Parts: sequence; C-alpha cells; structure tokens
Amino acid sequence: MNISQILFGILTVLALVSALGVVVSKNPVYSVLCLIVTFFAISGHYILLNAQFLAIVNIIVYAGAIMVLFLFVIMLMNLNAEVEPQKSKILKFAGFIAGLCLFLVIVAALKNADEKTQTQATQLAGGDIGLIKNLGRALFNDYVLPFEISSVLFLSAMVGAVVIGKKE
Amino acid sequence: MSTVPLTHILFVSTALFFTGMYGLFTRRNMITMLMSIELILNSVNINFVAFNKYLFPQKMDGIFFSIFIVTIAAAEAAVAIAIIINLYRTHKSIDVDDATELKW
Repeated sequence: MNISQILFGILTVLALVSALGVVVSKNPVYSVLCLIVTFFAISGHYILLNAQFLAIVNIIVYAGAIMVLFLFVIMLMNLNAEVEPQKSKILKFAGFIAGLCLFLVIVAALKNADEKTQTQATQLAGGDIGLIKNLGRALFNDYVLPFEISSVLFLSAMVGAVVIGKKE
Repeated sequence: MSTVPLTHILFVSTALFFTGMYGLFTRRNMITMLMSIELILNSVNINFVAFNKYLFPQKMDGIFFSIFIVTIAAAEAAVAIAIIINLYRTHKSIDVDDATELKW
C-alpha cells in the first residue's frame, strides 16, 4: 500500500458515497451539494491519472459554473422535500435490481482488463503529459477544428438558452 | 512503485455510471435527473482518462475527449435549465409526469 493507492481508496469511497447521496436525498439542495463533493473526488482521480489540467477544468466548470446554476434554479423555484415527487417503492426496487445485475455483468467483463495493459504499464510516461504546455500545443495544432466547432456550439447554446428562457 | 490497477478505476467509473442510471430512472424531479446525467458523463470521462494513461501514455487523445465532453456538458446544462425554467412557468411544476402534452 503506497500513497497513491491509499489516496485512490479515499477518493473512491468519497465519490461513491456522495454519488449515492445525490440520488437518494429527498431535498434537491442536498443533492447539489453532494454532487459538488463528487466532482471534487473525481478531480482528485484525474490528478492521480496524470491529467492535472482536466482536474482544474473540472472543478472550475462543474463545481464553479454548472452547480451554481443548478443551485440558483433550485432556490428560485423554492423546491424542497415536501414538493418532491416520489415514485413507488416497487419501481425503485426494480430499478435497483436491474441496475445491479447490469453492473455485475459489466464488472465481470472488465475483470481481466489488467492483463491487456501489462506490457504498456511498465513504461508509463512522466507525470507532465497533462500539463497545460503540452495540452495547449496539441490543442492548437491537432485539435484546432474541434476547438473552433465547440466555440460555435457555445454560441448556439447561448442563443438557444436566451430564446427559450425569455418571457413571451 | 506499484500503481493502482486499471480494473479498480474501471470499477469506480462503472459504479458511478449505474448510480447515475438509478437516479435517472427513479427520480421524477427534472433537475435531479439532469444531475444524474452529469454523473454519467463524468463516469465516461474517468474511463477516457484512465484508458489514455494505461494504454497510450504518450498520447493525449483521451484527455481531449474529456475536455470536449465537459464543454458539451456545460452547453447542455445551460439549454436544459432554460427549458426547465420555461416549463416551470407554464406548469408550476418540474415533475416530468406533469408534462404530458406531447404524449399522445
């Protein structure tokens, strides 16, 4: 057990417990707060996986922008546990069993994924592959077309949000 | 130095995926369903980054895919919240069972 395995275990437990909190809690505000904890744990996973820039972007975009938007909308609509619609118990039980069965099947299929990576895992690159210098160089050479297309996508999403959201 | 095996990371992302799936199927609140979708997208991101590190450590394709997924998730959340606000104005509720005009 070295330090990265211990960190991985802590982050995994944090991510899974708070993800369960998102789908279980009755109050939507608690769901949002649990989701922010999940995003921080996932960002820790990214740092352990040599993707430091992606970890920072994840915190800024998700925990900083999207979740604040969610919180504002929830507080604007004054949602709380009393008005939260609930599904029947039997449907929840059926969803749980079906999800668990598919989960077990996929985990069994992933069981021997390690054997395929044995050859490459011994020659891992240095930890600086995910830093912004390398990423920026590749982003403006190899990925410049998707980058520009995503800017057009943002423009259309912004116009669409304004058009849908404005009063009649 | 022994690293974390790939199987454990894939287990985390699969568990997150099915947690999000369960939330998507059992909750009727539109905002919580949208949050479940964000959970699912993040589990996919973990998969991309993990395979990028373990299979192609010299390349950055997985990281770029994850960055573009985060970008699209932000745009999707903005449009979805605009739709939810509009629905709340007309129906005074964000229960998906109340929005049945397009059902038949």
